[in-house]
Amino acid sequence: MRTIAHEKYEAVIGLEVHAQLLTKSKAFAPVTIEYGGAPNTQVTPLCLGHPGTLPVINENLVRYIIKMGLATGCSVARKSIFARKNYFYPDLPKGYQISQYDTPICYDGAINIELEEYDKTIGLTRIHMEEDAGKSIHDQDPYNTLVDLNRAGTPLIEIVSEPDIRTPQEAYAYLSKIKQIVQYLEICDGNMEEGSLRCDANVSVRPRGREKFGTRTELKNMNSFRNVERAIHYEIYRQIDLIEDGGEVVQQTRLWDTSKMETRSMRSKEEAHDYRYFPEPDLPPIIVTDEMLEEIKEELPELADVRQKRFVEEYEMSEVDAVTLTDSKYLADYYEEVTEYLGNPKAASNIVLSEVLRVLNEQSIDIREFTIGADRLSELVKLKEDDKINSSALQKIFNKMLDGDKSAEEYAKEMNLIQVSDSGFLEPIVDEIISNNPDEVQRYKDGKKQLIGFFIGQAMKASKGKANPKLVKDLITEKLDN
Amino acid sequence: MTISEAREKVFSGEVKLRQIVEQYINKIESDNEEINAFVYTDFEGALAQAEEVQNRIDEGSAGKLAGVVMGIKDLICERNKPTTCASEILEGFESVYDATVIKRLKAEDAILIGRVNMDEFAMGSTNEYSKYGAVKNPNNTEMVPGGSSGGSAATVAADMATATLGSDTGGSIRQPASYCGIVGLKPTYGRVSRYGLVAFASSFDCIGPLSHNVEDAARILDVIAGFDERDNTSSHREKSDYVHAVQNPQKNIKIGVPEEFFGEGLDDEIKKSIEDILSKLEAGGAELVPIHLPHTKYGIATYYILATAEASSNLARYDGIRYGHRANKDEMVDELKLEEQALTEKVAAAVGEEKIALQKELAMMDSPLARLYKKSRTEGFGSEVKRRIMLGTYVLSAGYYDAYYGKAQKVRRLIQNDYKEAFEKVDVIVSPTAPTTAFKLGEKLDDPVQMYLNDIFTTTANLAGICGISVPAGTHSNGLPFGIQFMADAFEETKVLNAGRLVELLK
Repeated sequence: MRTIAHEKYEAVIGLEVHAQLLTKSKAFAPVTIEYGGAPNTQVTPLCLGHPGTLPVINENLVRYIIKMGLATGCSVARKSIFARKNYFYPDLPKGYQISQYDTPICYDGAINIELEEYDKTIGLTRIHMEEDAGKSIHDQDPYNTLVDLNRAGTPLIEIVSEPDIRTPQEAYAYLSKIKQIVQYLEICDGNMEEGSLRCDANVSVRPRGREKFGTRTELKNMNSFRNVERAIHYEIYRQIDLIEDGGEVVQQTRLWDTSKMETRSMRSKEEAHDYRYFPEPDLPPIIVTDEMLEEIKEELPELADVRQKRFVEEYEMSEVDAVTLTDSKYLADYYEEVTEYLGNPKAASNIVLSEVLRVLNEQSIDIREFTIGADRLSELVKLKEDDKINSSALQKIFNKMLDGDKSAEEYAKEMNLIQVSDSGFLEPIVDEIISNNPDEVQRYKDGKKQLIGFFIGQAMKASKGKANPKLVKDLITEKLDN
Repeated sequence: MTISEAREKVFSGEVKLRQIVEQYINKIESDNEEINAFVYTDFEGALAQAEEVQNRIDEGSAGKLAGVVMGIKDLICERNKPTTCASEILEGFESVYDATVIKRLKAEDAILIGRVNMDEFAMGSTNEYSKYGAVKNPNNTEMVPGGSSGGSAATVAADMATATLGSDTGGSIRQPASYCGIVGLKPTYGRVSRYGLVAFASSFDCIGPLSHNVEDAARILDVIAGFDERDNTSSHREKSDYVHAVQNPQKNIKIGVPEEFFGEGLDDEIKKSIEDILSKLEAGGAELVPIHLPHTKYGIATYYILATAEASSNLARYDGIRYGHRANKDEMVDELKLEEQALTEKVAAAVGEEKIALQKELAMMDSPLARLYKKSRTEGFGSEVKRRIMLGTYVLSAGYYDAYYGKAQKVRRLIQNDYKEAFEKVDVIVSPTAPTTAFKLGEKLDDPVQMYLNDIFTTTANLAGICGISVPAGTHSNGLPFGIQFMADAFEETKVLNAGRLVELLK
C-alpha cells in the first residue's frame, strides 16, 4: 500500500530491451531460422561452436539496426566494431558472445512516450547488435539442464535507455512504444510472450530532490509488458521498505517470479564478471557510408505518429480513433485495406473499431491472428452499404464468418438474410401490421411519432429480419401520414 | 619429388598415380615411426582417390594438382577425419566439414594422404608440445624440426608427401621450413581463407604451403588463394599469377636490408651465408637498400600479448560440453562432495575471523558445472597451451587491458607503419628466418622465453599482415640447414616467390 513514506522517494529506472530481428538467417551464420523447430535442428557447425568455423556478418542486421536508430533519432556511427564478450556457459557454444562494446552502431537517441496525464521523452543511450545465445532448459529433466542451440547466433539488437524512467507506468509506455516502432519498421515481431522482445530493468530509488542515484538492482525474467510493470512496482516498494526499515539495497540481479508476484535474488553469492571484451578479430569493422544512410532513410516506413496525423486528415476521423487504429501497424494496415476496398473510411472505421476490436479484445489476439481477412470483411460491409443486408444481419454474418471461411454473401444466402427491398413483398406485411394494431396507429396519428420504431420492429419480425428497414419505414409513413 | 616432377611422371604415362601414392605409403611406413610426422593416415582413401584422379588424367580433365600427394596439418578441418590439433582436449573429434582450402585442393585433384603432427593448437616452436609426441628433424633425428608446423616440414623433408599445408601465426611455417631445409610460404593475411582452420590467434593465423621448392609453393598458393564468403577477413582482391612469377623471375629487384634483423643473437655462419647470397643477388642485378624497421624490437612482446589474448578467447569453446575431452563426471561430483564435506567440518571447528573466511570459501565453492569445465580443460590442455591461455586472459583482464592489450595494439600499428614506409622504397625485405639452426630435442623446453625468441624474425610479418617466405640458404658446419626469409607488402606474394626463386637459381 502506498504510504507517506513511499511519497518521499522517487524511482530511477533504465531499461535494456533485446529485440530479436526478423532476418531470414542467423546473425553471423548462413543458416535459416525457423521458429518452433525441434531442439538443435536449426544449427550449423558454427552455431555449435565447432573448431575452425567463422562468423559471417549478416547485411540485413546492419540495415535493421540503422533503421531503428534513425527511427529513434540516434546518431549512426560511421565506423563501429564488434567485440567479444567472454564467459563460460553451456548455452554459449563458443565461450564468447559477439556483441559491441565501446562503439555501438547507434547512440544518443530518444523516444517520446504518451501517458494519460503527460507526455515525456526518454533518452536512448545506445542501440547495438549482438548474437543471441542458446536456451538452457532447467525444468524438463530432473537431473540435467538441457541445451537447445536453435536460437544460438540469432540476431539481436539491444536498446539501452537512459535512466529517465520514473514509474512502472512510464516503463510500460516506453516498452509499448519500442514494440510499436519495431513493428512499424518490420524488424521484429515485438512479441514479448514468445521472447522476440525481452526486457531487463535497472531499478533504484532515492529521496525526492536528491541528485545521486541509489544502489540499483537488475530485474530479469519478465515475459510480458504487464510483468515488467508489476516487477518494477514490486521492486520499488521493496527497496523503499528496506531503506525505511534501516536496511540497505544490495546491488544484485533479481528474478521476477510470476506465480508469487515478487522479485527474488538470483544468486546468493556475489559474482563479479570480467567479460574481457576485446575487438572481434573475425569480423571487419562496419562502415556506414553516406549512400547507405541515405538509402536506408528512403526505405524508412511511415511511423505511427505520422500515420496517426494522416488518418485524422485523410479519413476525417477523431484523434482518439486515429490513435486506436494506428497503435499497431498491422491494425492500421488492416484498416487501410478495408478503407481502400470500400472507398468509405467512415464505414471501415465503424466496423474495425466496433466489431473487429471487440473480437480482438475478447480473444486477446493480434489482428494478424484474426480469422476474417480485410477482403472478406470488406465484402461484408459492402453488402450492408449496398442495402443487401441490414445491420442485424451484418452482425449475424460477422459472427458466422469468425469460424468459417466462406464469403459474406455465401453466408447471407445460406442464412437467408438477403434483405428484401421489394415493396410487392413488403406491402402486405405492412398492411397487416397496421390492421392488427389499431391502438398504436391511433396514437401515432395523434402525434406519437416515435411509434414508427414499433411498426418497423414488427415488420422486421414478420419478415424474419429480411426486410429493408428503410423501405419499411417509407411504406409505413406513406400509409399513416396520408 | 616436386610437383612438376610428379606431374610429368603421371601425365607422360611413365607411372600410374597409384604407383606414386604407393611410393609415399612405403616411405611413410618405413620412416614415420622415427620421424613421427603423420598422426593419421588414410592410405585406402588415398589409393581410391588415385584411381579417380587417374581416370581424369586419362580423360584429360584432371586438375592443377593431379599427381600431388599432400599431408595436412592437424588443425585444418577435413570432413570425417580426426582434427585434434595434437591436443588431448580434441581426443576423438572428427570434423563434420571440409575447410575451404581442403575443398579447393580436392577440387584440383590433390590427394590427401594423412594428417600431420604439430605443436598443440599451433603453440610452440619445436613441435615438442604434442599429444602424439615430438616430431624429429629428418636431417638429424636428435634435433627438433621447428614448429609449430614441424610435422608439415618434416613430412616434406623426409619426402613422405609432395607437399603439405601448415599454418603460420608467428612463424610456424617459415621457421620449421628453415630448420628442415625446405620452402615455407606464409601468404598475406586475408589471401587464403581461414574457414576450417582451427583458430589460435584469428588476426594472425594464415594457411600456407610447405614444399620442396618455390615453384611448388606457388602452385599450391594458386589453388588455395582467393576470396571466400565464409571468411569475412578474406580479401576480394584478384590472385596474381604466382607460377608465372616463379618461372620468369626478375633479377633487378630492390631488396631492403634491415639493420635490426642482423644484430645480436644471430648465428655468425648464418649471417655470413646470407650476406654472401645478397652479394650474389646484387651481382646478378638486384639493388640492396639499407633500411630501418625501428619497432622490430617490440615484435616478440607485442605478438605474445595479442596472440595469447585472442587464443584465450578462441580456446574457450573447448569446454568438454559438446565434443572432445570431458572429465569423468561421477568422479568430479564425488570430489566436490568430499571437498564440501571437509570444508563444512573445518567451518564447524573454526572460530572468529577464520570461521568467516572459511564460510566465504564454502560459499564460493565451484558449482558442478564450473568444476566440470575446470577439470576437463585442466586434463585436456597441455602446459604450453595453458600458459598462453593464462597470459591471454591476464592481458585482457579489467585493469590490465590498457597496459597490455591496448598498448600492444598501438605498437602493432607502429610496426605496420614501419613496413608500409619500407615497402615504398623496396620490393622485398630480407632477413634470416631464424637466429640459429635446429637445436636438440628438449633443449629449450624449460625456458619459454628462449623458445619465444626463436620467432624474432618471423612474428613481425604476422603483426603487419604481410607475406613472407623461407627458402633454404645453405648448410651450417653443424650439418643442419637454415633458411633465408623474404617479406613483401600485403598481396605481393609474387615478389617473395620471385626473390626466393633467385636464391634457388644461385645453386
